[in-house]
Amino acid sequence: MINSIRGAAAIVGVADEVSPSGVIDVPLRELEARVITAALADAGLSLSDVDGLCTCTGGTLMHSVELAEYLGITPRFTDATQTGGASYGLYIEHAAAAIAAGLAETVVIVYASTPRAARKRGEKGLGVFATPERLEWETPFGVMLPLSAYALATNRHMAVYGTTAEQLARIAVDTRTWATRNPRANQRDPITVDDVLNSGYVVEPIHKLECCLVTDGAAAVVVTSAQRARQLERQVYVLGAASATSHAMITQMPDLTATPGAVSGPAAFAAAGLTPDDIDVVQLYDSFTITVLLALEDLGFCKKGEGGPFVADGVLAPGGALPGQTSGGGLAYTHPGAFGAFLLVEATRQLRGECGGRQVAGAQTALAHGTGGVLSATSTVILGTEAVL
Amino acid sequence: MINEVKSSGLPVPEPSAVSAPFWEATRKHQLVMQRCASCRHLVWYPRHVCPHCGGFSLQWEQLSGQGIVHAVSVHHRPAHPAFAERVPYSVVLVDLDEGARIMSNVFGPPPTVDDHVSVTWLPLDDGRNLPVFEPR
Repeated sequence: MINSIRGAAAIVGVADEVSPSGVIDVPLRELEARVITAALADAGLSLSDVDGLCTCTGGTLMHSVELAEYLGITPRFTDATQTGGASYGLYIEHAAAAIAAGLAETVVIVYASTPRAARKRGEKGLGVFATPERLEWETPFGVMLPLSAYALATNRHMAVYGTTAEQLARIAVDTRTWATRNPRANQRDPITVDDVLNSGYVVEPIHKLECCLVTDGAAAVVVTSAQRARQLERQVYVLGAASATSHAMITQMPDLTATPGAVSGPAAFAAAGLTPDDIDVVQLYDSFTITVLLALEDLGFCKKGEGGPFVADGVLAPGGALPGQTSGGGLAYTHPGAFGAFLLVEATRQLRGECGGRQVAGAQTALAHGTGGVLSATSTVILGTEAVL
Repeated sequence: MINEVKSSGLPVPEPSAVSAPFWEATRKHQLVMQRCASCRHLVWYPRHVCPHCGGFSLQWEQLSGQGIVHAVSVHHRPAHPAFAERVPYSVVLVDLDEGARIMSNVFGPPPTVDDHVSVTWLPLDDGRNLPVFEPR
């Protein structure tokens, strides 16, 4: 059954916070409140309009309820589902469904994380991968998570399909080229394929410059009913959204070269009534270069196994046939631990024509695809302007 | 909370109730795994319910310890102090001949995909052993 959320909801406000140093040393709640307020102002709305709240960071048990209290709101719809970097696209799917069902009218989705500030303060990481199963069946073998898992998937794709290090490096190069056009990007110096290949292995076959940044940051998205959206200044419609999961640990991944994007992608396209050929700009979660390559294949932008040749000639770069990761992505813009919310912010800005030197001319459709865990969970969101509704 | 066995140096936790037969067999250098009595699938990692059919009758059986390398990641920096002397070491996925995939190590020159490997045992100080693999 095809889900029926097409056109039910629209993104009407976005905001994100990054810093040139990569550090934003303020309490998480304050950062969340700041970015939510900014996104609501962008929409021409205020906290009193909000009756839905989606968030899963902050390290506490009932985060959506606690944040609502902090903000002084009493949402009738909350969602704190945690699928890593896929959570935020999933929230779009759930928010659109809730709005379509009359469970909410205006939903705020927020993400904030300050790993760099926490490190400065000497705090230890959350140990998010330290589940009992991983501690017993993976940690004894000296894994570094999530890196080792992505390295295994990269190695397998190279072995089965002949994908080369140069092809994968090209993804990092093109993403950095976009970042040179974004004054707010953390890494703005252009790089070459040789720079990537000479940057050293973090876990072989993944090179340092194929890895996302670790920076502080926050992002928020305001979603409201299509009816309400039409009364506001700017609307980007949710045409389709879907999510999927396939495993938690890399040993349990059914096929190391196929992600749950092969489920969420076709479902989102079916809901939108579109095909990959209809998409003007993509924001694919680039935790590592392999994450982008697998997404391109699983979403149907190229055939399974052909991701290497597909990206080799700059298809994702400025001027390419499929402009991708136009903010500079997790590789060069910002990456506080989960990039999913930033994908939605950039997709929206592209469709609103606000991206200045990195604007994809005339973009009417955008796809944002989040990946969480170790290629474990995905969410695919297809957005469009009024013209394609 | 799982307690780490500190004395061996390797970050291996104490067995849980469900995994105890696996670890007990490692004392005799035997690689054992659960098989579902209903659907006959091997089940990795140890659990109470079959993820293939939902069956609750899981029985331990001994495996050959032979397999082929499915994927390789080479670690040039140790993830844990116990691996400091072993770099570079490979974290691998091994497809066992009986049809299950597990994570393990190959030490020495990194293997490549489709290499044939056999289980070998890394002693822990409490008499258990950690199953790792070597070329065959």
